[in-house]
Amino acid sequence: MNKEIYITDYNCVTPLGFDVESNWTALLEGKSGVALHKIIDDHDAFFVSKIDSEKLDEEFNKHFDNKNFTRLEKMFLLSLKALVERHHISDETAFILSTTKGNISLLKNETTLPEGIYLSKLAQKLADFFGFKTKPIVVSNACVSGVMAISVAKNMIQAGQYKDAFVIAGDEISEFVISGFNSFQAIGSEPCKPYDKTRNGINLGEATAAAYITSELNQNEKFRFKVLGDSAINDANHISGPSRTGDGLFASVQNAMKEAKVSAKQIDFISAHGTATLYNDEMEAIAFNRMDLQNVPLNSMKGYYGHCLGASGLLESIISMESALKNTLLPSKNFKEMGVSQDLNIIKENQSAKIKYILKTASGFGGCNGAIVLEKC
Amino acid sequence: MGQSFWRNVKMKTMKKTDICTIENSKIILNEQIIFETKTENFSDFAKEAYKNFELNYPKFHKMDNLSKLAFLASEMILKNDDHSKTALVFANKSSSLDTDFKYQESINSEENYFPSPAVFVYTLPNICVGEISIKHKMQTENAFFVLDKFDEEFLNSYAAQILQSGKAEKVLCGWVELYQESYKAFVYLLTT
Repeated sequence: MNKEIYITDYNCVTPLGFDVESNWTALLEGKSGVALHKIIDDHDAFFVSKIDSEKLDEEFNKHFDNKNFTRLEKMFLLSLKALVERHHISDETAFILSTTKGNISLLKNETTLPEGIYLSKLAQKLADFFGFKTKPIVVSNACVSGVMAISVAKNMIQAGQYKDAFVIAGDEISEFVISGFNSFQAIGSEPCKPYDKTRNGINLGEATAAAYITSELNQNEKFRFKVLGDSAINDANHISGPSRTGDGLFASVQNAMKEAKVSAKQIDFISAHGTATLYNDEMEAIAFNRMDLQNVPLNSMKGYYGHCLGASGLLESIISMESALKNTLLPSKNFKEMGVSQDLNIIKENQSAKIKYILKTASGFGGCNGAIVLEKC
Repeated sequence: MGQSFWRNVKMKTMKKTDICTIENSKIILNEQIIFETKTENFSDFAKEAYKNFELNYPKFHKMDNLSKLAFLASEMILKNDDHSKTALVFANKSSSLDTDFKYQESINSEENYFPSPAVFVYTLPNICVGEISIKHKMQTENAFFVLDKFDEEFLNSYAAQILQSGKAEKVLCGWVELYQESYKAFVYLLTT
């Protein structure tokens, strides 16, 4: 019999705020982090969701004396600090980091690899700062990483390797990533519109998020969400294009719901991936219909935060849980007219709702998909 | 208690059926050298191995070196068997830095600014797992981890959890490390 695994605390650092409360307030007002920013010299500005560097430094300096950190590391430390203050780190506590590119900005104009570019070095630096005792685990599964980091915590605690885990996820806006997605012609020319008829691509974003996951409750928790089921199935179709059939996402959702012992009728809310590319959103619509989930209220957070790569899955899970605690569903920002071939119940305005079972999904390059089912306890 | 408890469970429930190692221009399958060449350069070594085993999979030539390494080692074990219930759990140290470095060179200067989508897509370490999945039509559990060094106990415990949950019947585990001319693959199949 597997142990029950709970998420009992979380935090996030985004352009909308440096804690969950300020993010939630901004989201209720329909604010978005997406705006035009100059990222690449000699290139037009891009719509991205970017944290103001001065504000970040100001906030960082309020909490930390040490200046020897990259911009991304500062974002990570800020998101993690509150959790480390509230939860004990033991020698059976895991430290799990989700990222796709880490400190990739350090690579510019270098002829050899700077040490900070290694993801394991980045993780160790953060772990050492807060005094984690176990070896950090880095999950790097493209855009699915943030969702998978929760699965990895669940699975490693259930395997008996750890009692609890701090899970952090982050990626920052970089010339490296923007130029790459731009070469794919995947970047939208306006604020992204997931599932909308006129959607024309993604906005990239940056954020860090952190969650505390444990098998041992102490009755002091402000809230509890049980991680009921998870799965991450590959499409086995194409390394850069979503599957036309939604096979991998369908199977991931099916497996996660089976493990959770939760039926399609019981799911109260879907926090979907919704990148606003033509093919991704269509693929999701097909997969959700195959699971008979087309009537479940659904949103994509990309209109608020852009696509934060390795951070998005954890950040969006946190906002989903906050939605459940506040009994409020948030609209899928910038959605106006149905632009996928199958029915979906896309949320159009703030609405009150009882949310017990949450389905969170993501899909990414390499044909990967991820799904988790959470239960508000 | 966690670790010793775990070792006992693992011993009882899982066995390693095939092991492939690739390093120093050699491919070793279950302790037998099955391919060896004097070519030291990884790209040429990979091409020679591809020809030697008559893999007949033109997509191979489009892959980056990390994917070629992971793909070759996996081919030796997966062969043409049915792997519709085999999960993939891979890890390395250098993530996709070999291709990251090449991609960065293509955007460093304004004069030679040529970001290529065909290169960019390989700037994620899990792409190699996607390549293996595509070749063998494995719509199965995938995970890629970045660790400072090979940790078999970690990979095995993650694999065991996948097996125990019934999400797969076998797990292909792999350490696939490559940066420029320095490489090593250690890939093995676990079953219950």
